[in-house]
Amino acid sequence: MSVPRFWRNLDSRYNLEGTHCTECGEYFYPPRKTCVNCRRLGQIEAYRFKGTGEIVTYTVIRTAAEGFEEQAPYSLAIIKLDEGPSLTAQVVGSPENVHIGMRVSSVFRKLGTDGDRGMIYYGTKFIPADA
Amino acid sequence: MRDVAIIGVKNTKFGELWERSLRDIVVEAGIGAIEDAGVGGKDIDALYVGNMSGGRFVDQEHIGALIADYSGLSRNLHVPATRVEAACASGGLALRQAIMTVASGYGDIVVAAGAEKMTDVGSEEASSALAAAADREWEGMAGATFPGLYAMIAKLHMHRYGTTSEQLAEVAVKNHRNGCLNPIAQYRNEITVDQVLNSILVADPLHVFDCSPITDGASALVLAPAEVAHEYTDTPIYIKATAQASDTIALHDRRDITTLDASVMAAKRAYDMAKMGPEDIDLVEVHDCFTIAEICAVEDLGFTEKGKGGIFTEEGETAIGGRIPVNTSGGLKACGHPVGATGIKQAVEIVTQLRGEAGKRQVEGAEYGMTHNVGGSGATAVVHIFSRER
Amino acid sequence: MTIGIVSYGAYVPRYRIKIEEIARLWGDDAEALKKGLMVYEKSVPDVDEDAATIAVEAARSAVARSKIDPSRIGAVYTGSESHPYAVKPTSTIVGQAIGATPVMTAADFEFACKAGTAAIQACMGLVSSGMIDLGLAIGADVSQGAPSDALEYTAAAGGVACIIGSKESEIAAIIEDTYSFTTDTPDFWRREGMPYPEHGGRFTGDPGYFKHVTNGARGLMEKIGTMPEDYDYAVFHQPNGKFPVRAAKMLGFSRAQIEPGLVVPKIGNTYSGSCLMGIAATLDQAKPGDRIFATAFGSGAGSDAFSITVTDKIEEIRNRAPTVSELIKDPIYIDYARYAKHKGKIRLA
Repeated sequence: MSVPRFWRNLDSRYNLEGTHCTECGEYFYPPRKTCVNCRRLGQIEAYRFKGTGEIVTYTVIRTAAEGFEEQAPYSLAIIKLDEGPSLTAQVVGSPENVHIGMRVSSVFRKLGTDGDRGMIYYGTKFIPADA
Repeated sequence: MRDVAIIGVKNTKFGELWERSLRDIVVEAGIGAIEDAGVGGKDIDALYVGNMSGGRFVDQEHIGALIADYSGLSRNLHVPATRVEAACASGGLALRQAIMTVASGYGDIVVAAGAEKMTDVGSEEASSALAAAADREWEGMAGATFPGLYAMIAKLHMHRYGTTSEQLAEVAVKNHRNGCLNPIAQYRNEITVDQVLNSILVADPLHVFDCSPITDGASALVLAPAEVAHEYTDTPIYIKATAQASDTIALHDRRDITTLDASVMAAKRAYDMAKMGPEDIDLVEVHDCFTIAEICAVEDLGFTEKGKGGIFTEEGETAIGGRIPVNTSGGLKACGHPVGATGIKQAVEIVTQLRGEAGKRQVEGAEYGMTHNVGGSGATAVVHIFSRER
Repeated sequence: MTIGIVSYGAYVPRYRIKIEEIARLWGDDAEALKKGLMVYEKSVPDVDEDAATIAVEAARSAVARSKIDPSRIGAVYTGSESHPYAVKPTSTIVGQAIGATPVMTAADFEFACKAGTAAIQACMGLVSSGMIDLGLAIGADVSQGAPSDALEYTAAAGGVACIIGSKESEIAAIIEDTYSFTTDTPDFWRREGMPYPEHGGRFTGDPGYFKHVTNGARGLMEKIGTMPEDYDYAVFHQPNGKFPVRAAKMLGFSRAQIEPGLVVPKIGNTYSGSCLMGIAATLDQAKPGDRIFATAFGSGAGSDAFSITVTDKIEEIRNRAPTVSELIKDPIYIDYARYAKHKGKIRLA
């Protein structure tokens, strides 16, 4: 991913900065600037998520996505944050310990690198909440 | 609006077509369909071509113009040509654009084609191009792959409904069995449940034999107003419904991970338009990019209840001779999945079946057929219903 | 003016490799190594951890422990010998990730194993001059030892962050004074672009570590008129388990004084995090009024000595973030192959 494209969402990636519609009360992560319920009548404000949630479903990826080869095998999960929205993120640690319904909390990790010379992408992954 | 009929069809061979380029295969399909319809280039009012990623697969955009040119429709005839893109649903959408053009009266003879040349890049580059159908910023940056996204659907389906890996494997086994009977299929070999389960795990619980392959191929259809269809062919096949629906681009934003709401909604719109229900459909081509996708599809299209897709498949209800034959072509799994072509190929299969020309894989007495084409992990779904009678 | 540690946070990766496992690969005598180094296992970063991620985790822990508003932090200095970028600061990553940006100054420090304490001294200066309200000083490393080199048995991963401030009501540990002793001594280095450091073998001992640690420690005690027995605890940079014990003995500190902060046998040398890890482990159990003497050492070479007194505040903040012993318990042991993968020693095309 290009540098400006990544940098634009840095706070969302580092700090789970999302949005919240004060009109209908729904929280959005990844952030949305237009409320899916109220559309142009929505009132969107920034909201920093607590970073705790639960695994809705997961997989262990063995054939890695391009640029993720060094991390394989890795657990990828859909995580429902406590405020409501769900996101896709890796769960670090041993894949065999991951299960549906597991409580998780956010950590700061390297997402990937743009080769040996390019940028290092940092962001949020999750660990079992009791760890 | 006018009723629309399909008067000509053609698939190229599907597979790794090392010696043939994108323009080669799409011209073969186009000319084949035109010949099948008995029309000439000067009769064609418009061309729509489904193509997901010419830019990534062959570093070529402006696919509509390219194809019109190499089909001989440009320099002298100047036929309008439009590329349609909705990831793996590009073909289904191209058909829908063509139908709407004929129905509205903007055109009479209209070609709907689909093509993808995927093997000119390595498998890593191909996978990366396909992953662009998901949310690059919020799924791709987390390391999501397409098998990974469908694996997460499968994991929850298994957890919630008790669907088993064996039931997923049965989809692949059945589709390979059908593929054996289809001359254009990429894979024409039978496989066993054990072979699927013992193949390499790509993304738990999906094995490599749960996944559709990387394929080159092209397909084309010729459409005409229903009232004149018999002037071209003795066996026109009529469009009873065309419907499309959208859902969130990212899997994580869906109402329910195990239901493709876009499929449910597109099917509902199609059934309403055709004034029929799932019980009226004699066969269906569904979007089995992964085995779990076919399980979800037979549920979402209403052929069985949510959660019962695994058992439904295991009990043979989706086989030829079962309650609702699914993917007689071999599906994406065995016939192959040249992404932009798939939606058109599905329609070619249904037309072939409704004409009674499907040979050993013929569903006897088929009157109504359906196609179901999905883009991404379910952000786009296109459903068509076809009929032998107007 | 009182200057001190408002909060601290530590981070140690979950993974460990045992001395036996490294020795197995190179045919070394594990028992002799363990006895010689007094190190039994060392921490290993995950595949997606580096000095920046460790610095962020430690910094977030420090912020959580004190509950300070991160926007009050006016300086972020991260000390490391394994900054992920040669050019581009780790400290801006940390500042952004804890919400301290944009009104702050930032820079990265490097002074082998004492870059973290150098960062503390810089923050002390800025805080006491009134230039900033709070300063964040971090020592974090994913240190590298060349395969089969003696360093491979101890070069570990971890980090500690300290928030330095001057509001008496906020200070959990007063830094009474600091003293540094620095000479140009090439006992250890890594040239630009080289993956692994070089070192002077036994030259790193007397002319390097011991000369600087003892001179720095004595210098501070002379400056402020204290004696080893005035302190409840002592921490000396711990490149292995043997050097700090010997340094303590040379200076007249007891084994009991250094024991709580001696974490190296279980996690190895966390380089810029090493002495700070010992300070953090000591703060984890010190009582209000306890005094801590600490001396960090960095090759190249220099030492930073600190005289610290714990305040009542420690009891209030201590349990709001994981202690060092909580971070160290429950490790996941890995073999050399996995260690090589985690450390990037296996190069994919």
